[in-house]
Amino acid sequence: MRHTAKKLFKSTFSLAAVVGALLLTSFPASAADGASSVVEKGKAVSFDRKKGNCLACHGMGDGTLPGNIGPPLTAMKARFPDRAKLRAQIWDATTLNPNSIMIPFGRNRVLSEEEIDQIVEYVYTL
Amino acid sequence: MKKLLIATLVLGLLGGTALSVQASPEQDLKEFRAYFKNRFPGTPFNDYVNGVYSIDKASREQWEQIEEFPPYELNIEKGETLYTTPFANGKSYADCFDKGGIGIAHRYPFFDNESGQVITLEGSINACRAVNGEKPLKWQKGAIADISAYMNDTSRGQITNVVVPTNDPAAMAAYQQGKDHFYAKRGQLNMACADCHIYYSGNKIRADLLSPALGHTTGFPVYRSKWGGLGTLHRRYGGCNKQVRAKPYKPQSDEYKTLEYFHTYMSNGLVNNGPSARK
Ligand code: HEC
Ligand code: HEC
Repeated sequence: MRHTAKKLFKSTFSLAAVVGALLLTSFPASAADGASSVVEKGKAVSFDRKKGNCLACHGMGDGTLPGNIGPPLTAMKARFPDRAKLRAQIWDATTLNPNSIMIPFGRNRVLSEEEIDQIVEYVYTL
Repeated sequence: MKKLLIATLVLGLLGGTALSVQASPEQDLKEFRAYFKNRFPGTPFNDYVNGVYSIDKASREQWEQIEEFPPYELNIEKGETLYTTPFANGKSYADCFDKGGIGIAHRYPFFDNESGQVITLEGSINACRAVNGEKPLKWQKGAIADISAYMNDTSRGQITNVVVPTNDPAAMAAYQQGKDHFYAKRGQLNMACADCHIYYSGNKIRADLLSPALGHTTGFPVYRSKWGGLGTLHRRYGGCNKQVRAKPYKPQSDEYKTLEYFHTYMSNGLVNNGPSARK
């Protein structure tokens, strides 16, 4: 358990590094090179109705027609200084609130670990 | 688990006045109504029969216009024709039902202690066909929905009054099974009926406002523009199960019949207003 957590931590860190690098080297990220940035991927997975579909419940970014079941996702860095906590909320919201309506994306394998990492990166920009 | 529940029920009954762990259906109903009264203070009790439109001012007017020239009118007519056309043996549906089947649809569902089953209107329509040597109709739409629409139309305005006999352990178990279904998280997306239709009713899921569970059953069968036609309550159950990526149960399965039993009981006191139109 601790091991995986560490690994996850590491991978999020390296992801962050990659994002940083991408942002530095290819800002604004161009879609022309085929590989969009991790943040963009995260945004796409978040908005995709068959994937995260976070907009069903949360206002977030420039997403249109959001639901209002969950709180609007804004100022995420300030509210989640601990990135692991943000990831944990997305991985399985029922740990904090057993009756949560929010989908346990990781626990029930609705999204892959990689997709969740991507979403975390995107949500952290909000 | 089920055994345990039955055991507690039986214990509760044996205990007589000693309070059982299980809340009584009557108590459930009181709390259920109080919850919605508090959640939607602007909605009069009788208005819950209008589903989501009871709490959705924005789309109410448009819906009322649709109800002026209802899209299900034709279904009622088709249903009447089907209902009155004799079977091959010369008998007809009217022979199967009390009062010739007119003005009785609101009595469903009920618990039949002889068979130990919840009896639904659609179930009785197909049972009537069976005793008359006719093939059963498909459960979720088409002819069965049309006949149900016709029968319900003759019950328009009658009060929903589902009885759960607390002295009948089998009926109580059926009620409890339906209640459990309603409150249990299910599917890969891990959501309960109660999540969407109790706790977050009135909230928006994307652009859709979630309807209160109170009044849910009274308007069925419903004509949905999304379906482009009429559908039964069990069709809707299947749809709502699929939304959360749960495998739907078969229409008229024990699971859905008991769900209907609990779900309709919770609308007791409201008038029957099926069929009706929905988005
Ligand atoms: C079906 C509804 C639903 C969906 C879909 C959903 N959430 Fe949530 N979310 C909630 C609710 C409700 C809460 C409030 C806390 C709770 O009840 O768990 C919440 C809380 C959160 C929080 C904590 C916010 C805070 O300020 O504490 C984050 C972060 C979050 N969600 C992110 C996401 C992301 C990212 C997705 C998509 C990948 C998502 N949610 C999808 C309903 C949902
Ligand atoms: C993910 C959210 C969600 C879940 C979970 C859910 N539903 Fe629904 N349900 C909806 C939406 C959205 C609609 C369409 C708008 C409305 O009427 O609420 C709907 C409509 C209905 C309707 C039609 C109401 C009418 O007036 O036509 C019924 C009945 C219903 N749901 C029952 C259930 C039952 C029973 C369950 C559990 C087996 C369930 N729902 C689970 C979202 C949900």
